[in-house]
Amino acid sequence: MHIEGKLTGMLHLYIGEEAIAVGACSALRRNDYITSTHRGHGHLIAKGGNIKLMMAELMGKTTGYCKGKGGSMHITDIELGHLGANGIVGGGLAIATGAGLACLLKKTDQVVVCFFGDGAINGGQFHESLNLAGLWKLPVIYVCENNLYALSTSVKEACAVIDIAKKAQSYNMPGVMVDGMDVLAVRKAADIAVSQARNGEGPTLIVCQAYRFLGHSRSDSCPYRTKEEEKMWKTRCPISTFRGKLFEQGIMTKSEMEELEGKIERKIEESVKFGDRSPFPAPEELEVDVYA
Amino acid sequence: MPEVTFREAIREALYEEMQRDSSVFLLGEDIGTYGGAYGVTRGLLEDFGRRRVWDTPISETAIAGVATGAALIGTRPIVEIMYIDFMTLCMDQIVNQAAKMRYMSGGKVKVPLVVRTQGGVGRSAAAQHSQSLESWFVHVPGLKVVMPSTPCDAKGLLKNSIRDDGPVVFIEHKLLYNTKGEILAGEHTIPLGLADVKKRGKDVTIIAYSRMVLLALQAAEELSKQDISAEVIDLRTLKPLDIETVLSSVKKTGRVVICEEDCKTGGVGAEIWTQISEYAFDYIDAPPIRLAGKDIPIPFTPSLEEASVPDKNQIIKAVKEII
Repeated sequence: MHIEGKLTGMLHLYIGEEAIAVGACSALRRNDYITSTHRGHGHLIAKGGNIKLMMAELMGKTTGYCKGKGGSMHITDIELGHLGANGIVGGGLAIATGAGLACLLKKTDQVVVCFFGDGAINGGQFHESLNLAGLWKLPVIYVCENNLYALSTSVKEACAVIDIAKKAQSYNMPGVMVDGMDVLAVRKAADIAVSQARNGEGPTLIVCQAYRFLGHSRSDSCPYRTKEEEKMWKTRCPISTFRGKLFEQGIMTKSEMEELEGKIERKIEESVKFGDRSPFPAPEELEVDVYA
Repeated sequence: MPEVTFREAIREALYEEMQRDSSVFLLGEDIGTYGGAYGVTRGLLEDFGRRRVWDTPISETAIAGVATGAALIGTRPIVEIMYIDFMTLCMDQIVNQAAKMRYMSGGKVKVPLVVRTQGGVGRSAAAQHSQSLESWFVHVPGLKVVMPSTPCDAKGLLKNSIRDDGPVVFIEHKLLYNTKGEILAGEHTIPLGLADVKKRGKDVTIIAYSRMVLLALQAAEELSKQDISAEVIDLRTLKPLDIETVLSSVKKTGRVVICEEDCKTGGVGAEIWTQISEYAFDYIDAPPIRLAGKDIPIPFTPSLEEASVPDKNQIIKAVKEII
């Protein structure tokens, strides 16, 4: 929060949904692809993104992922297999499907994970893209991050059929519902889907039930959610619960955890300093890279 | 030099580029087995097989988006959108995604996508199948817009559009498919962003593109019999616009008639005339005449359809008005 003065424009935080990005991306190789959303910081980090470049981009600096010209919603890192965050709801659905088609044509066994929210389910691109993927058996894993609300519109108010995983039947692909607050559950489902895609068995729809702890964006104080509901979901914080499991099963000690979290804090601080000392793009950059 | 139809020239370009570069592939409705609604892709499925020629369901948004995604990771898709009127269904992927991804990524990605489509009047196809929407795409930064008028130009320009590393909207005209013209033998490409003086003259500059070029040349022919020497410029690429060729001509003649099929208001002609007045104001001897499509949905009945766009006689009359 203390850095909010340095961040401009739109910001859609991923807090609460971490298990989805981490569970899904941890099942992928570096050269597999993902498409992301307007709420994509978690996807970028989970895919192995560079925090410094990310922070610089959020600050609009020339050292950022997109030279300061894309911002939070358009971060792209092709080398990492990240085909772009997207400011259009559902915009990544057809793009991911196309990347899947290209993997098929190139005869590689790469796969594509397409992240999108419950807000994208009712758009035409969802229907058209999943139909093509099911028809052509494309190696795409469609991961729906169902955080129950598209800005202020709940799934119940938007969807004629609220069982999102069931919609997979329309597209001849498996549809599974998963606890999106449990990173191991997401990972398990992703492993199955990724393996199927790699083996030429086609796409899967994975619906992860989760919750964004904060508002849609900075200006949203969530008047459409009850405090009780928010409180309940916060007790299921994916990071806290996973941390608890690590201790229970003796995989990490508390001091090892503190050390790790200290490292992460320092990394984040360094990224802010990196962003701080980086320059904004020069005016000459304005009309560069419109055309290839 | 061999003579082929506009349709065949486009098919040849597709064939040659698909032979040359295995990453080039086609997507579209009815393009495979059926050979395309206007027969352009006939035979290509047999030549290249189903992995290079994809028949799609009616899903324009997904088709455009799938092509965008495929282009992002190193293939060169060519999408056929059956009618430019259906581009409305592709707009998010073409305008918000393909056109902008390079800039938004800070120059990191490229989207070497070609969208081939056709428009224009002449088949009594009525309002939803006869439009000329090129100005919409000219208006979007990041897109290139190409509109050839002859088989030779169509072939050379399409080859280069396919080789271009960014998204190109390649707009054909339904009444041009059967027209014939000589093409150059052997490998031949034409740069994008280069207009062509189709007929040299000194009294007036007629600026046109696509089917209007043919009408302009017919008008110029008749005018020459009346000792009026008209120079006809075929823009060929609308974006990037070769304003230099236009200005050279205007500096010589001082008089301009613009012939376009798209609706007059907010059409391509408005942009051309504005640039002429910005860069060659001192050379202009008369106000411009913009002959353009009427600001109406295209009517069905042939007589009204014909009257909705400029014809040869209107061009002749316009030239005489400003000489």
